[in-house]
Formats: sequence, C-alpha cells, structure tokens
Amino acid sequence: MRAEAAPAAGPAATGEPALRLEGVRKSFGRLEVLKGVDLAVAEHEVVCLIGASGSGKSTLLRCINLLEPVNAGRIFVHGEEITARGVDVNRIRRRIGIVFQSFNLFPHMTVLRNVTLAPEKALGLPRAEAEDRALELLGRFGLADKAREYPDRLSGGQQQRVAIVRALAMEPDIMLLDEVTSALDPELVAEVLAVIRELARAGMTMVIATHEMGFARDIADRVCFLDAGVILEEGPPERIFTEPRHERTRRFLQRIIEAGRL
Amino acid sequence: MASAGGGEVHRAQHLPGDPRLPEGRPSSRILAPLRAEGVKTVTVAVLSTVVVLTLLVWSVARSANWPVVRDAFFNGLEFRETFPEIARKFVRNVAYFMVAEPFILALALLLAIMRSLPGPVFFPLRAMAVVYTDFFRGIPTVLVVYLLGFGVPSLGLPGVPRDPAFWAVVALVLSYSAYVAEVYRAGIESVHPSQVAAARSLGLGRWHTLRYVVIPQAVRRVIPPLLNDFVALQKDTALVAFVVAVPEAFKMAQIQQAARFNFTPLLAAALMFLVITVPLTRTVDWLIARERRRREAGAAL
Repeated sequence: MRAEAAPAAGPAATGEPALRLEGVRKSFGRLEVLKGVDLAVAEHEVVCLIGASGSGKSTLLRCINLLEPVNAGRIFVHGEEITARGVDVNRIRRRIGIVFQSFNLFPHMTVLRNVTLAPEKALGLPRAEAEDRALELLGRFGLADKAREYPDRLSGGQQQRVAIVRALAMEPDIMLLDEVTSALDPELVAEVLAVIRELARAGMTMVIATHEMGFARDIADRVCFLDAGVILEEGPPERIFTEPRHERTRRFLQRIIEAGRL
Repeated sequence: MASAGGGEVHRAQHLPGDPRLPEGRPSSRILAPLRAEGVKTVTVAVLSTVVVLTLLVWSVARSANWPVVRDAFFNGLEFRETFPEIARKFVRNVAYFMVAEPFILALALLLAIMRSLPGPVFFPLRAMAVVYTDFFRGIPTVLVVYLLGFGVPSLGLPGVPRDPAFWAVVALVLSYSAYVAEVYRAGIESVHPSQVAAARSLGLGRWHTLRYVVIPQAVRRVIPPLLNDFVALQKDTALVAFVVAVPEAFKMAQIQQAARFNFTPLLAAALMFLVITVPLTRTVDWLIARERRRREAGAAL
C-alpha cells in the first residue's frame, strides 16, 4: 500500500532518490570496512553491488537497514535522514526489507507464521488479514502448499523464497538482498533468481549484493563495483562488464571469468 | 557453560541444540544397545546382571552384622506399619513442588531476561541479576531454608505469613530460581544472533524479538536440563522438614525412626521419592536422546 502511495506523495517527483548515501563509513574495531560510500538509488531502480568477499557489500546493506550503526556519513530514504539521532529504527526497518544469505527463517514457526509475525506484531494487522496477505504472497511465489510446513522441511531454495516473501509482507519501499543465492546448491539458484526478476518487473527498488555476474548483468539498471570499502566504479552493466575503466575492476572480472562465473 | 556448574545436582546440565557445548556420551540410552543387538546380547546381559546381583547380595548377607543391619533398615513389619503414613505425607512434598515450580520458572525467566539485556542503560538490571544468581547459587539451599523458615516468622512483621512451611517454599523458590535462570540464559545465548537480526530487520522491536523469536527457541532447547532441576527440586522438598512442625514424608520418617528405634521408615520415605523421581529422570534422558537423534538427523536448522 505504501509502495503505491509513495510516488503520489511526491518524494520521487521532487527528484529525491528512494535511497541516498553520503560518505558512509563503518569500522569494526580498528578495521575500517566502509571508507566513505556515496550512492543514490532512484525509485524502481535495481542496483547490483559486486566486489570481492570482504569488500564491504554485506556491511553496506546492513548499515542501510540500520542493523549496523554507521560511524560517519548519512543515509536518506525518500529524503528522510534515517541515520539522524532519535529516529525510530523499527519504523525505518519496516520500510526497508532485507534478505540474508543464510535465510534466517524462524525455525520454530510455520512458514505462514514466519510471514505473518512482523505484519501482525509490528504493523498491528489483525491475524486474519495478515494471513490472507501472506497466503496471497506465498501463492504468487509458488509456495502456497508450504504454508503449514516448518522451515526445516523445505529445500534451501524454498526457504530463501519464503525469506523473500517474509520481507515483502511488510510492503517495504526498498529491498536489500545480501548474497541471497550464495548458500544454495547450484540447481536451486534459478528459482530464487526468478523471484527477484519478478520483483524487478513489478518495479521494486532493490539493492542487490551478488556474486552471480550473469544475473547482475541481466537484471541491474546499474552495477557498482565495491573495492576496499569504496565504490570504485559504477555504470550500466553492459559498460562495467565489457569495458571496465578501472584496473582493479578489470582484474576482479578477469578472476570471475576464470572461475567460470560469467 | 562454566556458569551452570554448582550445587550437587546441577553439575551435569546438558544443553541439546547448542553445537558449541561439548557432548558427553549418552549415558541415557541404557536399553538402546540391547535392542539393537538381538537376543543373544540380551541373554548375556541378563545372566551377567543376575550373577553380579547374586554376588553382591551374598557378600553383604554373609557379613557378621547383617542380621542386625537387616532388622534396623529392612524390617518388613516396620515397613508395613510406617509406609502408608509416610506415603500419605508425601502428598505434601508433591504439593510443595507444585507450588514452587511455577514461581521458579517465572522468576528464573525474569532473571535470565534481565541478564541478557544489552547496553549501558540496563547495566543496573544486569548487575542485579548477576548478584542474585551468584548469591543464591553460592549458599547451600538448606541454609536458605533455615534462615527464611526460622528467621522471617520470628520477625513477627504484621501482614507477613508466619507459617515456616511458607517461608521454606519461598527459600526453595529463591534458591532454585538462581540455577534455573542460568539454564535459561544458556538457552538464550544459544539462539544465533542472525535470528535476532532477522527479527529486528523486519521492524520488530526488542521486546517482540525476545518474546516471539528468542525465548521460544531458547526454552525449547533447555527443556531437558529444566526437567533435571525439576527432579532435584522434588528431592529438595525434603529440606522443608528442617523448619516445619507439620511433617511431610521425610519428617514423618524421622519421627517414626526416633519412636521405633528403627531406620526402616527412612527407606520407606526414600522409596516414595524414587517413585516420582525415577520416571522423571527416565523422561529427561529420553528427551535428551530424542533431541540428539533429531539433531544428528540434520533436522535442526
């Protein structure tokens, strides 16, 4: 509902991007993982973050979701600074969905309950309404018959699709996907990627950290190459993948090609 | 789980579901190897048991003082005369248990939650919980029973119950809460941080996350060690005997023992405790074994 209402409310019309990062820095102890990241994501845009392990992709997504407090810099969602003091983090997180590499479904709850918990407890939806919405979403992603199962009865691909549905049930403005296929057996990757394509078609604003270069090339409006805590190079996927300007980008892509992933 | 060591009954607390904890061999599955290995094995096991028991009984019975000991401890007549009364009084022990346990479970959970609260704001609560558990785990339960059972009624405070049994049960609640809180805490800490991250990322608040995501998983994992503490508490209801005038099973046995100059009533009391605690213990072991099987089958996420 919010997703449809947002454009009418005007933030997009005023040219304010859905998501904007200004000089975001993040350290863990003495290790500085993000060294000043600037990024703007327009509404309905799909941005893919690529880069080696440890380049800061996951940390960046966790910072946007406020799971990690930033040390410096600012983050805006539709013009509202979410890194400001005194911001209600729970309210912000309801507008930003995140899906993790390791699914992180709640193992003691059925699939349906996994999906309805947050809409019920955080949004205050009545249970019946939350369940109706959840069942509709599960059906849309081919999971209707799994609603009463527990997560450990599902394949990895199914679990990850449930995790995506769980995030979608909050009707977020933005979805963050953190290496969502990295923990999956190769034959299960496609079903999850299909779900993400479906989201992109529906106009969901997304920031996707991924090692699936073919997928990134296919789905992204823009690709950002993260290296040593900064966005070293960004542009349309065709250009990044065919004529990278930076030496380090070239070397990274070369390694990916050698690994047979592109 | 160094923190969960302590009193005599709390030394070995299993925590199934937590891969970080070292695993002992399952002492629990006494019958499993028998079932698995067929009739021949069973026959050997039965024969060997019979031989061992026979030797044991024979060597005890041939000792010089056996007739005296037998009359003092295993007197059939004394048993028949005292057992029914002691069994009736055992109802009180069960009642003490039934009253104390719900309060223990609630207070202990509160303590465990207090101790798991993050951030500097909650430091006083955390500190209080730590002091509480250290204090009550550090004192023998029987001392707490004495101090409260004799001490509080003699204060004669208006509006405060004077029944020593009431205060003895309060003492059990205070003491056992400290142990059970540690069991809960181990469970809470065994829930992976990614579960909290997943809940918070959905916009659930700290309390909702604890209430719906962390605590249900934590409690499920610690049910076997919790039941261990149930068994211990059922036994320790005998401590109430030290301060009350109205006898429960142990007190009754002592009274009979003193009156009859015979120890058989104490064995009668012991038997009553076994009737309750052995099935409970078997259940605990069965639960632990089932949990392990489920985990080894890779069912756990």
